[in-house]
Amino acid sequence: MTPPGNIWTNIYGPNLVRDNNGILYIEEDNLRIPSDVSYMLENRLVMQRVFPDLFSNYTILPIENYSSQLYDMLISLSPREIDKPEIVVLTPGINHTTYFEHSYLAQQMGVELVKGRDLYVDEDDIAYMRTIEGLTRIDVIYRCVDESAADTEVFDPDSTLGVVGLMRSWRAGKVALANPPGTGVADNKLVYSYVPEIIKYYLDEDPLINNIETYRCFNKSERDYVIANIEKLVVKPVDDSSGSEVLIGPQASRAQCSKFKRLIKHAPNNYIAQPMLNLSTIPTLVGNRVEPRQLDLRLFILSGRKIQVTSGGLTRVALNKESIVDNAIQKGISKDTWIVDMGDI
Amino acid sequence: MLARIAENIYWMARYIERAENTARLINVTTNLVLDLPRRTNVGWEYLVERQGTEELYDSLYEYIDEKSILKFLISDNKNPKSILNSLQSATEHASSLRDIIPREAWEQINNLYSTAKLNVQSGFTRKNRHLYLHSIILGAQTITGQLAGTMYQDAGYDMLRMGRNLERADMTTRIIDVRSADLLEDEHEDLTPFDNLQWVSVLKSLTGYQMYRRIVQVHVQRREVLKFLFQERKFPRSFYHSMCEVESCLLSLPKNQDCIDIVNKLQRFVIKKSPEKLLQDELHIYIYKLQFNLNKIHTCIARTYFISGT
Repeated sequence: MTPPGNIWTNIYGPNLVRDNNGILYIEEDNLRIPSDVSYMLENRLVMQRVFPDLFSNYTILPIENYSSQLYDMLISLSPREIDKPEIVVLTPGINHTTYFEHSYLAQQMGVELVKGRDLYVDEDDIAYMRTIEGLTRIDVIYRCVDESAADTEVFDPDSTLGVVGLMRSWRAGKVALANPPGTGVADNKLVYSYVPEIIKYYLDEDPLINNIETYRCFNKSERDYVIANIEKLVVKPVDDSSGSEVLIGPQASRAQCSKFKRLIKHAPNNYIAQPMLNLSTIPTLVGNRVEPRQLDLRLFILSGRKIQVTSGGLTRVALNKESIVDNAIQKGISKDTWIVDMGDI
Repeated sequence: MLARIAENIYWMARYIERAENTARLINVTTNLVLDLPRRTNVGWEYLVERQGTEELYDSLYEYIDEKSILKFLISDNKNPKSILNSLQSATEHASSLRDIIPREAWEQINNLYSTAKLNVQSGFTRKNRHLYLHSIILGAQTITGQLAGTMYQDAGYDMLRMGRNLERADMTTRIIDVRSADLLEDEHEDLTPFDNLQWVSVLKSLTGYQMYRRIVQVHVQRREVLKFLFQERKFPRSFYHSMCEVESCLLSLPKNQDCIDIVNKLQRFVIKKSPEKLLQDELHIYIYKLQFNLNKIHTCIARTYFISGT
């Protein structure tokens, strides 16, 4: 099975952080279904409306073309070489937390926003959407439904979000999925810890941005270090979609630390640990005062016939002084982020 | 256009129109109460019967009285056709159409539902009922007007108009039918002055009194009213007018032949018949036939265009 262009990840949304030495790190890889790009676009619109002067005084690289870049990337995946391939955005529906984004992107790209039951795959593995004209063939699906729910034929048979036969159609090369199924593997924190080695092995290059140093608990010597130093470390489950909690060593009680030591010993494969970073801060309005708050930055990278890194990103700021410390921003607000062209300087 | 979206628009329009016409249905009898002699049975039970929910009503309520009937028709959440339930269903369908319908219309739909719910108590008292029902009718017509004035007029708008006009035609027959089940007909010796009042009340509840007097005649007569409400091409709440609207929507939609055939057949049936000659029982059977055929049109539309029909 080879996806179009042999590209397994079409949309990539890594989280970056910067520590107190000014060094950037990749904090997390998001390849399953990277989201929140709509907030980046909306933030820019709001800023332009509120501070038009700032924009006329600087050359700020634009991000508005993200939707058309996304559209072009999706078009480039089409299995049929036709003038106007049919693209759809597949959403779990209105009750999903990121439904706003699905509907926003569909609108921006001028394509249909579909649910599982709008789609149909026939015996020849061709995928269609049900319209008032009848069945209309589709070529590319921007997939916002988790793969485990996306096809009741091969995955969860009780899913109400899926399409019968979608995987069959994809395998036969009749429809393209972005991202292709299985990319979520790379969101696993243990896989994350191997990425620098993967880059070295396949490309024989050193990564330009490093990962945060990561201890793999299944390895005995690393596990012993983690257990001996747990009060200095951040311990994370490798797969956070399972919903398990994170231990913030420096803030945890002795009981919590012992609990995590037990958890690690019981299932070492399920945990990694990282040193606690002192994240960079940004002046933020809190009540009617300006206070420093820590932040991270999500980038959006599209990979089709060419690779495009969006000239902006989503800065996420922790509003709560205490919620910052697991090296990622959990609850917070987001800010418009500029890349300013300084000319020849 | 996605079949699911078409279906949602169609049902949203039907539910809004249903809420409006249920308010009109209640008005038929409410208007009459004011004019008839005090002891006359005004027939509240016919409202439920004509709505087609009498079995459900009997299972929920012990007595047939004005208060219970109104609660059942306006607010009972066990009655799927109550005004509040219809408005709630309309908002649910509208919520998945945020990209399709203009924002102002979406807000008005929600606003209508929430104010109807908030003020529901006033619908139960005779003193405030008129105002309450009027606000429902006005609210629904505001939505209809907003959509007519701002919605993009593609296949989705055809779906909207078809849903609205099928529901309107259906409810117009039910409103007429309330008075076909008339208690007064057999006693008309005594009640002749009141006999026509019922038809005045039907006309008023369909906002047709003024137009009837201008177009037909000053005297309100049963046969003329029936002709006006079934066959008048130019009155927007007449049965025939609604069918012509449905036909015009279908003409611009794909794969329309089957549905158009059924609509044309029903149009001929309505125009050919002289409903003014129908006696009470026959009128009821005639109305039943119309409703049966409306249902056939709906089934054909669903089979042709909707996701549930594929």
